[in-house]
Amino acid sequence: MTDRRVALVTGTRTGIGRFLAERFVQQGYSVHGCSRSAAAWSLEGYVHHEADVSDEEAVRAMVGEIRRQHGRLDVAVNNAGVASMNHVLLTPGATVDRVLATNLRGTFLVCREAAKLMQRHRYGRIVNVSTVAVPARLAGEAIYAASKSAVTTFTQVMAREVVELGITCNVVGPGPIETDLLRGVPEGKVRDLVDRLVVKRLGRFEDVANVVDFFVRPESDYITGQVIYLGGLHD
Amino acid sequence: MLERQQVAELVISSLEDVPRRPDAPPVLDEDTRLIGSAAVVDSMGLVTAIVEIEQRLQEELGVTVMLADEQAWSQRNSPFRTVGSLADHILQLAGGKPA
Repeated sequence: MTDRRVALVTGTRTGIGRFLAERFVQQGYSVHGCSRSAAAWSLEGYVHHEADVSDEEAVRAMVGEIRRQHGRLDVAVNNAGVASMNHVLLTPGATVDRVLATNLRGTFLVCREAAKLMQRHRYGRIVNVSTVAVPARLAGEAIYAASKSAVTTFTQVMAREVVELGITCNVVGPGPIETDLLRGVPEGKVRDLVDRLVVKRLGRFEDVANVVDFFVRPESDYITGQVIYLGGLHD
Repeated sequence: MLERQQVAELVISSLEDVPRRPDAPPVLDEDTRLIGSAAVVDSMGLVTAIVEIEQRLQEELGVTVMLADEQAWSQRNSPFRTVGSLADHILQLAGGKPA
């Protein structure tokens, strides 16, 4: 087993995932990340996997590679996600399948395989990414918000199932941030959402990283099954 | 090809690293119960053991299998009954040589 701490972040091609991966590298972690396509960036200490998180075999292979290389996994951040902005009456069934596949099934598969490796050393920190679209009950994001609600429930049940293994599971729910996901959202919708926040500004990657840092600290072993939404919203 | 003996030994050595019930017999063999009132491990111990066995199969024997697949849960006789039945289950999944 290597001495260096190891982190896995999904959805690292761009945006929050890339930011978190680079930050973990700066903090001294060996970092593995993934996206469905190749990353257009590289960094010493970072390994990119072309893997779809909804593909069970791909996820098993990726975590198996981490086990072979490092023999440990300390942190897993499930950031990979897809959004869908549409009225319920106009949402195709295929969109529901696609959103749930990445956001729920993908989170489940990565959590399961990550926890298998973490339990060997009775230590692990899992952080799943949700959205303020859940507490905001945003019209037009029914499927996306529902998929993230499912992620929260899954995380809270899993937290109970793996607590004996020294693993904590928590959720961070960012507000609107300038990411690929937000580019598809009309400007008026973004402004409406910011107006509903307590802190009335767009979020920053650093805001997300701040919560992730808190959840993954070794001292946070008494913090599990929790959800922190950014910008002041809550359920 | 996997030999049944080496699989059974791997199952037993994996179990030896998992916390067992206080009243569990000290020696593990093919008849050691893994589920039910006479099981040597509790439910969490069984989960940990299955994960440990999967990982050792991959690391030590180069065999990648998922022991807790849907078929395993739906069988009338659980493959997780005993060390022996679990070894049989592994051989079946990995296409090994039966006893």
